[in-house]
Amino acid sequence: MEKKRFTISVFTEDIVGMLNRVTIIFTRRKINIESIAASESEVPHIHRYTLVVNETEDMIKKVVLQLEKQVEVVKAVSHLDSEVVYQEIALYKVPTEVLVSGGEAEKIVRAHYARVLSVEPAFTVIEKTGHKSETQALFDDLEPYGMLEFVRSGRVAITKPMKTLKSIVEELENYKS
Amino acid sequence: MNFKIMETLELEKPKSKTMNGAQAVVQCLIKEGVDTMFGYPGGAIMPVYDALYDVENELKHVLTRHEQGAVHAAQGYARATGKVGVCMATSGPGATNLITGIADAQIDSTPLVCITGQVSSHLLGTDAFQETDVVGISMPVTKWNYQVTRAEEIPMAIAKAFYIARSGKPGPVLVDITKDAQFGNVDLDYKPFTGMRSYRPKPELDLELVGEAAELINNAKKPFVLFGQGVVLSKAEEQFKAFIEKTGIPSAWTILGLSALASDHYLNVGMLGMHGNYAPNKLTNECDVLIAVGMRFDDRITGDLSRYAKQAKVVHLEIDPSEVDKNVKTDVAVIGDAKESLEVLMEKVKPNKHDNWLQQFKDLEKEEYKEVMENELYPSSEKLTMGEVINEVNLQSDHRNIVVTDVGQHQMMSCRYFKFKESKSMITSGGLGTMGFCLPAAIGAKMGQPNKQVVAVIGDGGFQMTLQELGTMFQYGVDVKIIVLNNEFLGMVRQWQEMFFDKRYASTTMVNPDFQKIVSGYGITTKKVVKRDQLSDAVQEMLSHDGAYFLEVAVGKENNVFPMVPTGASVSEIRLK
Repeated sequence: MEKKRFTISVFTEDIVGMLNRVTIIFTRRKINIESIAASESEVPHIHRYTLVVNETEDMIKKVVLQLEKQVEVVKAVSHLDSEVVYQEIALYKVPTEVLVSGGEAEKIVRAHYARVLSVEPAFTVIEKTGHKSETQALFDDLEPYGMLEFVRSGRVAITKPMKTLKSIVEELENYKS
Repeated sequence: MNFKIMETLELEKPKSKTMNGAQAVVQCLIKEGVDTMFGYPGGAIMPVYDALYDVENELKHVLTRHEQGAVHAAQGYARATGKVGVCMATSGPGATNLITGIADAQIDSTPLVCITGQVSSHLLGTDAFQETDVVGISMPVTKWNYQVTRAEEIPMAIAKAFYIARSGKPGPVLVDITKDAQFGNVDLDYKPFTGMRSYRPKPELDLELVGEAAELINNAKKPFVLFGQGVVLSKAEEQFKAFIEKTGIPSAWTILGLSALASDHYLNVGMLGMHGNYAPNKLTNECDVLIAVGMRFDDRITGDLSRYAKQAKVVHLEIDPSEVDKNVKTDVAVIGDAKESLEVLMEKVKPNKHDNWLQQFKDLEKEEYKEVMENELYPSSEKLTMGEVINEVNLQSDHRNIVVTDVGQHQMMSCRYFKFKESKSMITSGGLGTMGFCLPAAIGAKMGQPNKQVVAVIGDGGFQMTLQELGTMFQYGVDVKIIVLNNEFLGMVRQWQEMFFDKRYASTTMVNPDFQKIVSGYGITTKKVVKRDQLSDAVQEMLSHDGAYFLEVAVGKENNVFPMVPTGASVSEIRLK
């Protein structure tokens, strides 16, 4: 079965060790996590992890059920790229001189609609948000001028079709065993 | 002081009571109904042991000889009683020694609460003496775990632990308690845990799907039921029996489903799997509707999945959604507690009989009897066989013994040949296949069911993995009848070496000590049988002996377990020799 890129969103109780419980499910099946982002969600005390993996649909289905099986996982869902709106942020540190010398570097920054976050005498920090291909394109263009440091965040994604987390949590809270 | 005043004082006492964390642990266990637990003390758990000293009459602590013994004993206790097994160990090596048993309980869905001591919270992460990250280590093999660093957390953590361990699909949980939390003060106001939003132990039944399942069953010409431990865990033995009797469907058990139905029930067609019976394996690939109840299509059951029951519609009654379609694609999956599912299904299925189809099973059984069982149970060989020893126990007992086994050839022989009448009377390590499981698990089973005869069947290999637990038997006078089937080999591995590795017996021969001497050193009556004419008397002596008994039987060194579905083969390619 063909592998595809999936975005997995995991909603968990906000407790120590939860991220470990989530990632070992991937580790055990030797699935590489391409990117991961963790933050609070819109519901208090529920955290949201966004993981990107390249896997078969069959395996992803099983993994999502394994994630949901964890006692403190509230909900886990997987989506194809077409089913989510997603974004990544990248920061680039380049020597300030290449930007002020009136050369190509400045044009590159403009052409990519990137933003300058901080200018120091020795270096400048540029920010670009977008899909990986877009942040990578800026990286490729800037690299010849000397890339002092580069970092790209994990993907964050908003799913297109899904019940609101709030309604899911309310439903779970009303459930009586 | 007169009684009137005392009564008034009693009434005015606040509901909660201040105590230290260790005392709270012990009180919480008592409030959860724990009367027996197994463990081994050490530095980081000493406050809890100190608290146990005051409640010896309410809560019996059994000192095993190794932490692995404690966790297996708790498993045996849980499997024999249906209650949560409890074990305790200190930090570091104590905690890591529990891991094998925890992994075993996880894969076999055994409810366990494991309590470990931990170094004081200010020492966490400093590589302190006997510090180990047991929460991290146990994470992949626990249903839930939690580290307590403050005494106030203890009541909630213990309550949650029991709730999670026993609800839904049961499993092991671990609560790690730092030493400072054990010494800290807590107002104990214990409330059992009733639920959490992120965990739904019993899924709601989808009645429409039950209807679809019933329709498939009602229209089936050759339906076949596979049942596993889910029947036992949901206490659905009666419902299950009623269901198969109404529908007349031949039914085969998995290794963990053993004893959920009487062995001699007319619809019981035997055991599935690699060393299971001929008919149920063979006919899996002939049935038209396969109904799986509380089982998970383990690879030892299915053989080659691409040639497994491809002709059949599959109905799966299962509590754990992650098991559905994991190995075998289902046509109708009824997610829910087996008891509830069977009760609803029962109303929707029509009374039926499948005599010709059932006869197909009986015919193949005859073939298996002729080719395999007869030689095993009534051998003409000079050397004794494992099967005839088991058969002798069957003949001399009422089939109500609790049988506990270790792992290997003797285990498969026990599963194949022991006869059962009552549920929860077969305790064996199915999923993990843990050698060394038997002796401590048998101790736990006997302590949980003191009025039952417990027979432990072990190989000479597995016996030596945990034989230190003879000390536990000795100290507490545990009446377990031990049968060691000694072939001076790691028999199952040897069998594979014979069949698949050109008889290259790499590291499978065992030069054994004199077990009679070792066991009698623990004050246990022993006997060794080497000849057939000694067997019957020895078994009789063992079963009627007042107290623990050790029976060693020298069996054929190079006997094999058949039938067998070789790895990678289809279930219908099961070999009789």
